[in-house]
Amino acid sequence: MSEVKFSKEHEWIKMDGDTATIGITKHATEMLGDIVFVELPKKGSSVVKDGNAGVVESTKAASDIYTPVSGEIIENNQSIVDDPSMINADPENKAWFFKLKTKDKSEMDSLMNKEEYDKFAKESGN
Amino acid sequence: MENIKTALYNLHQKQGAKFVPFAGYEMPIQYSDGIIEEHKFTRSQAGIFDVSHMGQLFIKDREKLVENLEKIFPIDLQNILLNQSKYSFLMNQEAGIHDDLIITKVKGGFNIILNAACKNQDFEVIKKLLNNRYEMILHTELSLIAIQGPEAVNIIEKTIKGPSSLKFMNGNLFKYLDTDIYITRSGYTGEDGFEISIQNEKVEVFVQKLIDNGAKMIGLGARDTLRLEAGLCLYGHDINIKTTPVEANLKWAISKKRLISGGFPGHERVNSQIESGTKKIRVGITPENRIIAREKTKIYNEENKVIGEITSGTFGPSVQKPIAMGYVDSEFSNIDIKIFLEVRGKKYPAKVCKLPFYKKSYVKGAK
Repeated sequence: MSEVKFSKEHEWIKMDGDTATIGITKHATEMLGDIVFVELPKKGSSVVKDGNAGVVESTKAASDIYTPVSGEIIENNQSIVDDPSMINADPENKAWFFKLKTKDKSEMDSLMNKEEYDKFAKESGN
Repeated sequence: MENIKTALYNLHQKQGAKFVPFAGYEMPIQYSDGIIEEHKFTRSQAGIFDVSHMGQLFIKDREKLVENLEKIFPIDLQNILLNQSKYSFLMNQEAGIHDDLIITKVKGGFNIILNAACKNQDFEVIKKLLNNRYEMILHTELSLIAIQGPEAVNIIEKTIKGPSSLKFMNGNLFKYLDTDIYITRSGYTGEDGFEISIQNEKVEVFVQKLIDNGAKMIGLGARDTLRLEAGLCLYGHDINIKTTPVEANLKWAISKKRLISGGFPGHERVNSQIESGTKKIRVGITPENRIIAREKTKIYNEENKVIGEITSGTFGPSVQKPIAMGYVDSEFSNIDIKIFLEVRGKKYPAKVCKLPFYKKSYVKGAK
């Protein structure tokens, strides 16, 4: 089981070989409130570390989703597009956003582990 | 300056409120259930709203008060019944809206409910227009609570005897413990419901009783989605000092008799706009896709020309689709006209539609 890492933009990322699965954290969903819409990057498109990779809209506001690593999108999760409330219900498991084939695994190094992220989320308070 | 806490602050905290600063107050945006659940609970059961931040202005009656208030508000106050409420506006000379408000004739004068962000300025404007001749009290010792939803009538009747006999936009005093409290059948969610004006020191116990009888606290987040589904304007967003009641599609609130008699600020502009139409007008809008067009979203016609702007937009939890209101050039205001909304750089198709998005269920009929 590979380690899950976290970004300052409140995404989680799980590596499996060259494939990264990315979603948003429970803390992020608590800040956003009820999510009612999600837009995901297209399969086959390229995304760049810290670049825009979709949008989530809650009843309160729209927020951009950033990718914590670069790569090519190989799959996006249509089930959360059809039922965005899944993201609030199970953000760190079933409601993953997209999978990508990574270009440079060293991009993972700057990300936080669970303990560091929990501390960051608590301290940032936002 | 620190934000004001309402008398229900501790109760909000106990109920798991998330607070936001709003018009100088620390107000609950939502509780632990979240906006969608709170919204649906209000539509199916009954929600309690702390609206104590709103202004409760009393103007004491003495000679010629009715005549002088008619020089301010475009409604027929000569014929308003005791305990009857009317929706109205405070306007400037160009018919721009200073505030929208509810005015109720009560024993000994008039009660006016004002928006929180406007109340202090309204007080000064009204005082000046009345030449400082009347006693005016902006109550700070009173809280204001709304209970809204199909169960509101049963829950309030269990808590205090009598209000179930009220009709929509009517009020009265009701005995509660050792005092009388003023209750109107009104609200801003599209549901049947009541607004209760009660002393600060009594409000927490009163609201706890409403909760014990089956109601739940609802935050400002769901208040916004509820009023938008009901097609109701939010001051500072859908209406402001630069929009007139006619442009806002609210001319129904201006008394026909007063359109003829005039004498209120903005009368000439209102009349000419009613006669020859307005350049822009407020309409309901439904995006065809699952996109949310929020405030300031640009509206385009099929020729890619900007024809207006969204003033409120959200996802409607009861209608289960994105909804919005905004102003468009009047030639594009017909129902079903195809328009485009620019969201995050892309243009999405949408249609002008009828308001409200959600059918209102007021308990009407003359008292």
